[in-house]
Amino acid sequence: MSATTHALHLDRFEAAKAGLPGDARARADALARYAKLGVPTPKLEAWHFTSLKPLDEAALAPSDAKVAVTAATVAGHALSTSHAHHQLVFVDGHFRADLSRIGTLPKGVVLTGWSAAKSLPKDFLAEAADAGAMRVLNAAYAADGAILEVPAGVALAAPVHLMFLGASGAAHARNRITMGEGASATVLETYVGTGRYWTNAVTDISIAAGAMLKHLKLQTEGGEAFHTAATAAHVAAKGVYDSFVLSIGGKLARNEIDAVLKGEGGRVKLEGAYLARARQHIDNTTIIDHAAAHCDSEERYRGVLDDHAYAAFQGRIVVRPDAQKTNAHQLNENLLLSDRAEIGSKPELEIHADDVKCGHGATAGEIDEQALFYLRARGIGLEQARGMLIEAFVSELIDAIADEAIRDRFTASVGGWLYDAQGARRAA
Amino acid sequence: MASSTVETLQSVIQPYKHGFVTEIENERAPKGLNEDTVRFISAKKGEPEWLLEWRLKAFRYWRDRMLPEGDPTWARVSYPKIDFQDAYYYSAPKTKAAPKSLDEVDPELLKTYEKLGIPLKEQERLQGIAVDAVFDSVSVATTYKAKLGEMGIVFCSFSEAVKSHPELVRRYLGSVVPYSDNFYATLNSAVFSDGSFVYIPPGVRCPMELSTYFRINAAETGQFERTLIVADKGSYVSYLEGCTAPMRDENQLHAAVVELVALDDATIKYSTVQNWYPGDENGKGGIYNFVTKRGACRGANSKISWTQVETGSAITWKYPSCILQGDNSVGEFYSVAVTNNRQQADTGTKMIHMGKNTRSTIVSKGISAGHGQQTYRGLVRVSPKAEGARNHTQCDSLLIGDKCGAHTVPYVEVKNRSAKVEHEATTSKISDDQLFYCRQRGLSAEDSVSMIVNGFCREVLKELPMEFAVEAQKLLGISLEGSVG
Repeated sequence: MSATTHALHLDRFEAAKAGLPGDARARADALARYAKLGVPTPKLEAWHFTSLKPLDEAALAPSDAKVAVTAATVAGHALSTSHAHHQLVFVDGHFRADLSRIGTLPKGVVLTGWSAAKSLPKDFLAEAADAGAMRVLNAAYAADGAILEVPAGVALAAPVHLMFLGASGAAHARNRITMGEGASATVLETYVGTGRYWTNAVTDISIAAGAMLKHLKLQTEGGEAFHTAATAAHVAAKGVYDSFVLSIGGKLARNEIDAVLKGEGGRVKLEGAYLARARQHIDNTTIIDHAAAHCDSEERYRGVLDDHAYAAFQGRIVVRPDAQKTNAHQLNENLLLSDRAEIGSKPELEIHADDVKCGHGATAGEIDEQALFYLRARGIGLEQARGMLIEAFVSELIDAIADEAIRDRFTASVGGWLYDAQGARRAA
Repeated sequence: MASSTVETLQSVIQPYKHGFVTEIENERAPKGLNEDTVRFISAKKGEPEWLLEWRLKAFRYWRDRMLPEGDPTWARVSYPKIDFQDAYYYSAPKTKAAPKSLDEVDPELLKTYEKLGIPLKEQERLQGIAVDAVFDSVSVATTYKAKLGEMGIVFCSFSEAVKSHPELVRRYLGSVVPYSDNFYATLNSAVFSDGSFVYIPPGVRCPMELSTYFRINAAETGQFERTLIVADKGSYVSYLEGCTAPMRDENQLHAAVVELVALDDATIKYSTVQNWYPGDENGKGGIYNFVTKRGACRGANSKISWTQVETGSAITWKYPSCILQGDNSVGEFYSVAVTNNRQQADTGTKMIHMGKNTRSTIVSKGISAGHGQQTYRGLVRVSPKAEGARNHTQCDSLLIGDKCGAHTVPYVEVKNRSAKVEHEATTSKISDDQLFYCRQRGLSAEDSVSMIVNGFCREVLKELPMEFAVEAQKLLGISLEGSVG
C-alpha cells in the first residue's frame, strides 16, 4: 500500500505518543475512533460537496516542528505595531515563545501556548460522541495550541493575535478560549505558510453568561496547503459570539463552525467571505444550534469564485423543541466570475419549535451587467469596474469589523487577491 | 395559542372520509416477491417478451444490487423496516373479461367511485373531464376514450397501451426514470401492474382535463402504478391525479413511478391531490407513499409544471422533478404539503438545468401541525452548458403547535456563471396579530386559521385546475381541523 495521510497518521502514532503531552488514554481512544471513522467522503451528508482525497493522497505525516522561521517572516504577517495587541506564534502547530509578543495582560488573564502552560484543562482532549473524524484525529495528535482565559468581568482591550505558520507535514493545533461571566475579548487567528502542508486546527470556545467574544479568522494558507479547521462555541445566557472568517488561501480548505446557544438571550453572528481562484476548493460548513429560547442568530457568507474554483457552503440552523421566540436568519450569496467556477450551496433549516422567525436564502449569479455598464459609461475600464464591484461585494461585510488594525488587514488581503486575480486574467 | 384550546379542538378532528372498504372479489398474486411474481404479473397482463425482460432486468438489479444495501435512509422520515416478502404485489378486481364500456364494469366498483365523489357514469355524460380509474393495481374504467380518440389522443390504461401502442410505450418507458434509478422506482419497474398512459399527437391541444383516480382497496397489498405521459411537438395536456385508500391498521406501500416527456413546444401540466389514508392520530396505519415523479423537457420551448397538494399518507417521500434539456424550456413546481398528527413528509423537487435559457420556479408551502414532521428537500443544478439559466425558489413553512417540525434542505449547485439562482425560505407560526385581527372581526378561531392557511397557500392553489382547487381547499381545512386554536 502506498503511503497516504490516513495511513501515516495511523502508523506513526505508537512512535509519537510518548512525546505527546496530556492524557495518553484519551489520545489512544481518539485515534481508535479516527481509525474507525476514516477519512470523510462525500457520501457523508456533512461532506456532501468536499472530497479529502487530494489531502489523503498528499501523504502528509504528523509534523515534527523543526522548521526554522525567522522573526522577519513573522513580522511580515503581524498586525501593525502602532496598534496594541498580544501576539502568539505557532509553527507547524507548536508554540514559539521566542517569536511571540504577549505583552502585559490584565490581572487574571491567561494567554499562552499550552506547551508553556502550568497545567492543562482536564477535558482538553475530550470529544463528543458525534465528533467528526478530523476533530478526533486532532485530539489524538494535538501537541500544542493557544490558551486564552479571560476571568469574569474582565475586558481585554487589545486584540489577541494567534498566528499559525505552516511549513511541513500535518499540524494539529488545539486552541481553547474561555470567557468568564461578563468578560470580553477580540481574538484574531491567522493562518499562513509556504509549501505543501496540512493545518488541522480545533478551537474550542466557551462563553459564560453575559460574556462576549469577537472571533476573527484570516485564512491565507499557501497555494499547495490543505486546511481543515473546526471551531466549537458554546454560548451561555446573554452571551455573544461574533465570528468573521475570511478564506482566501489553501488548495483545499474547509472551515467548520459549530455554535450552540445554551442559555436564553444569547446571540451568535457568523459572517464570512471566501475568494477562490485557480483550482482552489473552499468549503464553509456551519451549524447554529438554538438549544435555548429567546436567542438570535444571524449568518451571512459571501463568495467570489474565479477560474476553476469550487466553493461549498453548508449552513444548518437547528431550533430545538423548547427554543421558542428564536430569530434566525441566514444568507449565502455567490458571485461567479468564470465559466468553470462552481458553487454548491446547502442552507438548511431544522425547526422543532413553532414560535420562531427563521429564514434563509442563497443566491448565485454573475456580476450585475447594469452596474458594470453604469461604471463603464463613466469612463472606468472593464477590469477596474469589475474589481470595484467585486471589492464592494466583499467589503460590505468587512467594513463592519470594529477593530481598525484587523479590518485593515482583511481589506489588504482582499485587495491582494483582486490584484492577483487581475494579473492572472491579463496573463491569460 | 393556548394549549387547552388546541386540545379541545383536537377532539373534534374530522375523521378520514374515504376510509371505507369495498367488498369485492380479488385476484392476487401469491404473497412475496421473487422472479415468479414478476412473471406472474407479466403473464396476467399478457405482456410481450420485451416488457417481461425489462421487468426481470429491474427485478434482478433490485434484488442483487439494491436490496443488500437496504432502502434509502437519507430522507428525514422514520418507519419500521419493511418486509418486502410480506405483501401481495398484485391484486385485481375479479372480472371475466376486460369491460368494453362502463355498463360492463362491476357495479360495486362504480359505487366505490361514486362514494368518492367521482361518478364515472355521470362524469362521462356531464363534465368535461376524462377519467381513468385505477382500483388497487388495475385500471377499471376510462371515460371519454372515443371522443379523445378522434383527435388522435391516446388515453388509456398502461396495460392497454402496451397492446395498442407498443412502439410508443417501448420508446418512452424508462427513458426518464431508468429501471436502475432508485430503490422504489426499480421495485416499481419490476412489479408495476397498471396506471395511465397518455399520448398527445403533434399540435393537439387536449380539449379536456385528463384525470386518473387511484384507489387502494385490498389489504396487505402494495400499489405500484406507472404513469407515462408523452406530449408530442406543440401539444398541450393538463393531467390530474387523485388518490384515496381505506383505513387500516397496517401500513401499506404505494410506490408509483410517473414519467413525463415533453417534446418541442409542448406543455404538460400535472396536478396531484394526494389524500391517501394518513393513519390515525397515534400514527397507526396509513400509506407509505414512496413515489418517483420526473419530467423531461426534451424539446426546445417545452414546459412541465408540477402542482401538488399533499395532505394524506403516513409517510410521503416524493420529489417531482424536471430535467430541462431543451433550450428555453421551463420547469415549475408548486407544492402544498400538510403534516398533522404523526404524519411525516420529505418532499421537494429537482430542477436540472441543461439547455440554454432554461427557467425554473419552485414554490413550496409546508404546514406542520400536531406531531407532524416535514422536510423540503430540493436540488437546483445548473450544468456547465446551461447558459442563461434562471431559478427562483421560495419555500415557506408554517408551524402550528409546539410538537411539530419543519425542515428545509435545499441543494444549490451552479456550474455556469451566467446562471441566476435564488433560494428563499422562511419559517414562522400564524402570528397572534393575524389571528386577533380575524377574531376581532367575528370569525371563529378555526375559520380564521383556515383563512390564513388558505392565504398562505394561495400561490400554489391558484395553479390548480378549478375542480381540484375547490377540493384542495376543503382538504386543507379537514387536514388541519382541530390542530389549531
